Amino acid sequence: MKAPAFAYVKPASLAETFELIERYGEEARLLAGGQSLVAALNMRLAAPRVLIDIGGLREFAGINVMEGTLAIGALTRHRDVERSPEIARHLPLLHQALPHVAHAAVRNRGTFGGSIAFADPAAELPACSLALDAKFLIASKERARRVAAREFFKGLYETAMEPGEILLAGEFPVLESGYRSAFQELARRHGDYAIVGLAAHGRLANGVLSDVRLAYFGVGATPVLARNAAAAFEGKAFSDAAVSAAQAALEHDLEPSDDIHHSAAAKMHLARVLTGRVMAQLAGAER
Amino acid sequence: MREPAEIMEVKLVVNGETISRRVAVRQNLVDFLREELGLTGSHFGCEHGVCGACTVVVDGEMVRGCLVLAAQCDGARVETIEGLSGNGALADLQRAFHERNALQCGFCTPGMLLTAAELLARNPRPSREEIRAHLSGNYCRCTGYQAIVDAVEAVCRARREEAAS
Repeated sequence: MKAPAFAYVKPASLAETFELIERYGEEARLLAGGQSLVAALNMRLAAPRVLIDIGGLREFAGINVMEGTLAIGALTRHRDVERSPEIARHLPLLHQALPHVAHAAVRNRGTFGGSIAFADPAAELPACSLALDAKFLIASKERARRVAAREFFKGLYETAMEPGEILLAGEFPVLESGYRSAFQELARRHGDYAIVGLAAHGRLANGVLSDVRLAYFGVGATPVLARNAAAAFEGKAFSDAAVSAAQAALEHDLEPSDDIHHSAAAKMHLARVLTGRVMAQLAGAER
Repeated sequence: MREPAEIMEVKLVVNGETISRRVAVRQNLVDFLREELGLTGSHFGCEHGVCGACTVVVDGEMVRGCLVLAAQCDGARVETIEGLSGNGALADLQRAFHERNALQCGFCTPGMLLTAAELLARNPRPSREEIRAHLSGNYCRCTGYQAIVDAVEAVCRARREEAAS
């Protein structure tokens, strides 16, 4: 279908953007890369009166490393994250995940901030942000604040952002020595939204795992940090027994529901399969 | 402060030619190319970013033409299958698609060619898996993909041999 009629405006500054948001309120939507929003307009799942195209605010695009924190500007395109040597070095989890974010043509336009603010529960970057304990920098006309990823994803397409706020950046602690990441997802076609995916991060020192974070996506209304499954690896070497314990513990972490292709039971099974594969990858074990 | 508008003036370069038009801001790039400029080589399939038939190049990078508004392309440089066929940039890929029956109805072919061209420009030695992954966003309902992957692989090999000789 074609998008319904709307009016379009492209502000030249953040101040002008806030003025527009103030004037049009709930009738306006922010347009960044448009890779989810324009599709939603075409399918008439969204019908805002005004589109505010923030694509011209280039000061919010780019990757910066400072004092142990790597900041990704909200308007940084997926392709630039994918190709960034800083990301490959400091955030290997994101480097591994990016090729799975939609298809190459979509990654050329889609933005980091768009993916986070849209908060699709089957998307890769929200789950990676949970596993890496990122913070999001959010601003309104009056103030700026930081919200931890773990407090940010509230429900289906629902975030901690208030009306009038804009996501400006994601801030990630850079990779600490001894920490490793692993990422895998199962999808019907490469680049499609995941049936189930897992972003894992943790410490491996002298063969012993600790501080393991397992963020599953495609299994509920938000990405889920599986604390019980992760605890099964705490202080242990990678082993089949530890994997089995984590797989059993997932019962208390995940409550997937059916989708049009898969039953809840199938998703739970696939989440357990991924647990073994991803933790083997993280631990560097042959399987 | 700028005022939101439903109609706006855009100026962009399409296949090397500077174009100015008044457009409805709800019009996406592929509709603009097809309806306003008569460039019907970019096709409309799903209209929500899944099928890849509308692939065009904006500022040097391929995009989904259905997920970009013409209004967003004000000041941009756009290339379509017409321009890239005309200048010979895709000639070897087109020949290989033809020779290996990598197209039947041809609906997906412009998108496939542009997507394959971007892969080869960045990675001269892709594996079959990498070719498949890169083309995964483009649907073909006729060929079963095997012949398309064969054609892209053959062009990679030929370009490498030419570069080496």
